[in-house]
Amino acid sequence: MDNATSRNLRWMEPVLLPVVNLVLALLLSGLIIRLIGENPWQALQLMVAGAFGSQEAIGYTLYYATNFIFTGLAVAVAFHAGLFNIGAEGQAYIGGLGVGLVCLGCGSLPFWIVLPLAVIAAALFGAAWAFIPGWLQAKRGSHIVITTIMFNFIASALMTWLLVNVLIKPGQQSPETREFAPGTWLPSAHDILARAGIDFSPSPLNLAFGLALAASLLVWLFIWHTRWGYALRVAGQNEAAARYAGIVPAGVTVLAMLISGALAGGLGLNELMGAEHRILLDFPGGAGIVGIAVALMGRNHPVGIFLAAVLFGALYQGGSELSFDMPHVNHDMVVVIQGLVILFCGALENVFKKRLSFIWDR
Amino acid sequence: METYTIIVLLLAATIRVATPLVLAALGGLFSERSGVIALGLEGMMLGAAFASASVSAVSGSAWLGLGAGVAAAVALALVLAVACVTYRGNQVVAAMAVNIMVAGICPTLGLAWFDLGGQTPQLENPGQRFTELTWPGAHAARAVPFPGLLYAELISGHSLIVYLAAALVPASAWILYRTRFGLRLRAVGENPSAVDTAGVSVAGLRYQAVLISGLLCGVAGTYLATAASSGFARDMTAGKGYLALAALIFGKWRPYPTLGACLLFAFTDALSSRLEGVALPLVGVIPVQFIVALPYVLTVLLLAGFVGTAVAPKAIGVPYAKEK
Repeated sequence: MDNATSRNLRWMEPVLLPVVNLVLALLLSGLIIRLIGENPWQALQLMVAGAFGSQEAIGYTLYYATNFIFTGLAVAVAFHAGLFNIGAEGQAYIGGLGVGLVCLGCGSLPFWIVLPLAVIAAALFGAAWAFIPGWLQAKRGSHIVITTIMFNFIASALMTWLLVNVLIKPGQQSPETREFAPGTWLPSAHDILARAGIDFSPSPLNLAFGLALAASLLVWLFIWHTRWGYALRVAGQNEAAARYAGIVPAGVTVLAMLISGALAGGLGLNELMGAEHRILLDFPGGAGIVGIAVALMGRNHPVGIFLAAVLFGALYQGGSELSFDMPHVNHDMVVVIQGLVILFCGALENVFKKRLSFIWDR
Repeated sequence: METYTIIVLLLAATIRVATPLVLAALGGLFSERSGVIALGLEGMMLGAAFASASVSAVSGSAWLGLGAGVAAAVALALVLAVACVTYRGNQVVAAMAVNIMVAGICPTLGLAWFDLGGQTPQLENPGQRFTELTWPGAHAARAVPFPGLLYAELISGHSLIVYLAAALVPASAWILYRTRFGLRLRAVGENPSAVDTAGVSVAGLRYQAVLISGLLCGVAGTYLATAASSGFARDMTAGKGYLALAALIFGKWRPYPTLGACLLFAFTDALSSRLEGVALPLVGVIPVQFIVALPYVLTVLLLAGFVGTAVAPKAIGVPYAKEK
């Protein structure tokens, strides 16, 4: 890397690059919206209003963002160790199973016992699902990208089987469990704020948002302020140097995947314990994949991940509101934006870095 | 139905399911052998399925549809090649980006053009689809169980693309092992700097390989939309691109074993729809989901070295930077 780049990179990389990438992705998406005969500027306005225009809209935006914080953190921790975890989707799915089992089995226990049990179950189940690809990568050299993809499909088959044959509420057609006992539900933001005397419109936003923020803080502490986090970053950047420094790369791989899977499992807290109150088919709904975009855009830092997660939460919420006014622009458009963000932030990162520092230095 | 007929029909279904897998896996083979990870098969196939179904629906010609499908997939391959080869970006990220983008763009355009909830119109006219070809005497041969039924179901009665896929396996093997291009392609996936030293362009070879994978995925996607079904449906590849990649790995990056893996995976698929709710002797009812998950489990076991060993091309996933 030349000197000029490194001098400006300190603030350019985390701030300017994601903004430029986002603007480009939005411009291209605007072009597509134009192509299908709608007004992109109007679409953007509708989207912003749909995502932030009311308390309910903000609630929905942050509710979606909660999922993306969990999966974004999951992808980021693996990234720091030089691993590409595409399996956050499957880990979230299995983590949710843990949450669901606790809520179904401990319906009679007081909430303050159920909550830690559910958090532990989410983390354990998610970590267990990530452990196998991590262990296989560390000990047997199997490519983690491929194994995590395979594990997404295996998780999907396993959960379908469980929901259709084992966990389904008897006498019901759709493959869902019975509803959790109300005592196990995570309190909604509406209820929490009402207790503090603040009036906040009802929305699926719940306590899991706070848990996601706590997880972000823990990840920040772990990555930058513990020796394990240090080992993780060293092993991720230079395996030979790590080995020379006495770090065991295989151990780091397994550790990173365990934490990654545990974080992905947190999605189940928000989605099942906080909003749906039952286990249902495919509840992660692609959030594991969004996590990749969120981690890339947030530069693998919890603050960046929070901002990127809120952005994608807004896109999801705004996108569904948008389809009321523009029937041709819906959730799929958000998926396109997501793909473009991944392309620009992840794959074409070198292009922009070079161009920007070139412009900056003139 | 007697067992023999069931088995023959099962094998015929296997051939039909295997065709897009074989095409995509062969495409992936070229890409991976050149050192570029073939995670983009899914997106290229899906894009081709949409483009072919749309053009075929509008123009009424399956062949124009095929042209559009191939053009779309090759265009996506070009995006991948630019990101991975020219700009040396992360190949996994680039491929995921393409897959996700395509998954969103197809239903968006479909909704805007046809107003059918993201689908394309049903291809009802026979000219809009690659329909099954009946070979001479197939009807008469059906009366004779052996070998007549085999002839009627396995040799005859498939669309043109099925035969094309079958022919492409030996063709790929020949290109890969018997031509100068194949030799260079294999070399560039193992040791790109050696190829560079010999005065052959690493980037040029990788571009060709990725574009070939686009071409074959184009045919695979076209098969899905205009032969296996009659039109495009949202997310119609449903992980087939990843399954093709698994087959390619299961086939240890070689054409004939890859064909074998595709047939095995396709057989499990055909079997799972046949075994739904059927009680087998000794084991009882096998849940369909277990059979569905089997190809993925097998691939993981292979990658872990529990079932033979899979050695990937050495330079796979590593962008090549010419020394300054």
